[in-house]
Amino acid sequence: MAGLEECEANLVVFLHPSKANCASDAILSELSSLLFTYNETFGGVVLAYDPSIRSNLAKIVPGTFPCFGVQLKAKLLLFNPKPDMVLEGEVVKLTPNSIHAVVLGFSSAVIADDDIRDEFKHKVKGGEEVYVSRTHRKHKIKVGAILRFTVKSFDEEILHISGSLLAPHTGGARWLDKNTDEWSRADSTATKRNTDKLLINGDTSMKNDEQIEKPKKRRRQQS
Amino acid sequence: MGLSNMDELSFTDSELDNHVRNALKDAIQGDCDFYNQLVAVIHRKEALVTEEVALLVTCLKAMTGAVSCVHIVHHRSLLAAILSMSLWDYGTDVMDALVELLISLASSNGDYVDLCLEMLVMNFMPPPAHSARGLSRKIQVLDRVHSTLEDISNLVPLTPLRLQKIVRDKMPHIYMKEHVIMIYAENILRLESGVMGELVGSTGLVALMDKLIEFDVEISWEDIVQDDFHKDMFDIELEDLENPVDDIVQDGDELTRDALIQRFLSSNLSAQKLDSLMVLIFEYLKSCSEGGRLVQVFETLLQSFQKTTLTAYKSKFAQFIMFYACSLDPDNCGKMFANALIDIYVSGLNPVWRMSAVAYLASYLARAKFIPISFVAAMLERMVSCCFLYCENQDDNINPKAHKLFYAGCQAIMYVLCFRLKQLLVIPRLKSQLLLMRIDDVLKHHLSPLQVCLLSIVEEFLRLVKENGIFSLPETLVEHGLLESERSRIFGGIERLDMFFPFDPCLLRKCDSYIRPNYVYWSMVRSTYYEDEEAEGTSDEDVAEGDNGMNIPDGRSHGEGDSDGDEIDSSLDKMSITPRDSSHKFGGRMRRFTQMPSKIRPSTSPESL
Repeated sequence: MAGLEECEANLVVFLHPSKANCASDAILSELSSLLFTYNETFGGVVLAYDPSIRSNLAKIVPGTFPCFGVQLKAKLLLFNPKPDMVLEGEVVKLTPNSIHAVVLGFSSAVIADDDIRDEFKHKVKGGEEVYVSRTHRKHKIKVGAILRFTVKSFDEEILHISGSLLAPHTGGARWLDKNTDEWSRADSTATKRNTDKLLINGDTSMKNDEQIEKPKKRRRQQS
Repeated sequence: MGLSNMDELSFTDSELDNHVRNALKDAIQGDCDFYNQLVAVIHRKEALVTEEVALLVTCLKAMTGAVSCVHIVHHRSLLAAILSMSLWDYGTDVMDALVELLISLASSNGDYVDLCLEMLVMNFMPPPAHSARGLSRKIQVLDRVHSTLEDISNLVPLTPLRLQKIVRDKMPHIYMKEHVIMIYAENILRLESGVMGELVGSTGLVALMDKLIEFDVEISWEDIVQDDFHKDMFDIELEDLENPVDDIVQDGDELTRDALIQRFLSSNLSAQKLDSLMVLIFEYLKSCSEGGRLVQVFETLLQSFQKTTLTAYKSKFAQFIMFYACSLDPDNCGKMFANALIDIYVSGLNPVWRMSAVAYLASYLARAKFIPISFVAAMLERMVSCCFLYCENQDDNINPKAHKLFYAGCQAIMYVLCFRLKQLLVIPRLKSQLLLMRIDDVLKHHLSPLQVCLLSIVEEFLRLVKENGIFSLPETLVEHGLLESERSRIFGGIERLDMFFPFDPCLLRKCDSYIRPNYVYWSMVRSTYYEDEEAEGTSDEDVAEGDNGMNIPDGRSHGEGDSDGDEIDSSLDKMSITPRDSSHKFGGRMRRFTQMPSKIRPSTSPESL
């Protein structure tokens, strides 16, 4: 999924002297204090860490009380959604004016009605709220389904995503995966060229529809 | 008038939705006409008639749909109006519309999450001007508040993280009215048992325990124990708290200490609030126990205890939460508590906390009726072996300052045995376990614990040992007098941990009624040792009627030791086993420390500072 990246960081964790006999626990608890907060240095929200401590030696740092600094390398999983990235999340609530989803179980995403393309219509069927596409009856967005949307903005403090369903490749993920021809044909040529550029590494030559679709399909299945 | 404008126009719902949206958008541009009307509608709360209510509800619903147009800066006044609404002031229609709006706001934009959560937490408590409108309104409001919190956390998964902090910050301070504190506490407990319990609950519970300590600290010992009480004494171990205070008055104006304590506590607001708060927690613990979740709640309580109560200077009442929790589940919680305390004593880092821990342990093992005697024996064994290992390699002679932990341990052992010896001796297996513990070696060591520990305990212990013919300890102490008190004071340190018996009878009336069924009073123990002496008029009933069983003679001529002596004396009576009359009637040998100390003693005497 877009927005997730792994990075390797060289860190120094400073520990209080009282933790000298349980250093690894202390390191883990220090690292866990990084979780689910946006970190400027790493450029993303830390979701997971995997430390590997190289040596048993640590440098004692003089100060009011002597801390000791443990050097370690950690693999970090970062989440940093940028505008126009495509993300997926589970729908948790539908209202006539908005769609609410949760991404990766911790980040709330909201799509306001201005950002939902006219194709989708809000309906109440059998007590259940649902967004149905006017053009493709089977394309539905229900509570519990996976939603694919583009990122408009990301609030780093509360990890809140504001999303949009304006682009044709957004909507109910399952339907989109099964019916790539339907929505890719709906794209204008300009949009298609743009997406080609992104996916096929700058090859801007015009190909016919079939040849373009196949690579896209393959890539979609791979990602 | 804004209202009349909106009244006159008859909108359909969708029209109103559009109008509200436009109003919000226009306000950003500068045209605030309709926007101001909207704000005015929100602000109205007094005596709303049906139409006004309907208008308010419709506006709220319209705004719910238009939250994407709300801007945190340009619509400041509207947001302020909404967030200052209190559910307590309205009927259920408005309440429902308002909470929907809050959910919508919180899930639409990260900026509003904290604001909405704060508003909901403030709604835990009725507004100051709110007149008590009965239970139904309270249920309506709180049910909605809690379900809204859950709804928001479904949409914004990080809600519990934010809520933790808000719940802690918004807690009313101890000087607020009792009903406000109580209702907030109820809500914290409700969060704890709810869906978010794992995340928010434990923080809330810890905050509550901290609040208990705050109250505890507010009630100072100087207020309760008045120094001019040399003459009076404790006839009873406050067993008869059921008696109204006046009954204890005797001889005209003369009040016993007990009566004065009761009078003080019933007039002290902090004590009353603490009492009610503790009872609330007791009830909650009981319901947790019935629901099978006591152990996990207990783990949180135990952590909080180790961090705050144990380290607080001589906590007076807050520890009874632990006592009650243990009584609900002796096998798990009861043992967990004792094990935690002994672990701190044996391998803790801070010496003061270690001494405090062993004092807690001793008092707990002595007073908890629900602990099986075999477990007491096991704990004793650990204490003795710890002390034994300590003194095995010590060449030193008596040195109260250097070996505080050792003396504290010895005193604890003796204290527990004073209460539990009979029970241990009755069971052959435990008797032999006791005899194998090497208590003699520890107590007869040249570090001389018998000369350093609190004299009253030592004498009581030696008397019991002699009575039962176990161990081979000196019958009485060679020296008497001032020095003993001096030595125990030294090992007790500034905090006077030599005279710290945290589970002495709880002085809070309501709490006591919960604790009582599981509590061991000294009189209960004493009666098993001296059944024959009951007839001599040292029974509880006599004592309760204010009979001057043991009147510690006034004319003690101990200079500095006086106040300390008084403090010990006054509590000592309860633990007496000697026929009290003897020294009084026969003017015989004045025995100062003849009783078991059984009260928490503050180190108020200047010389101990």
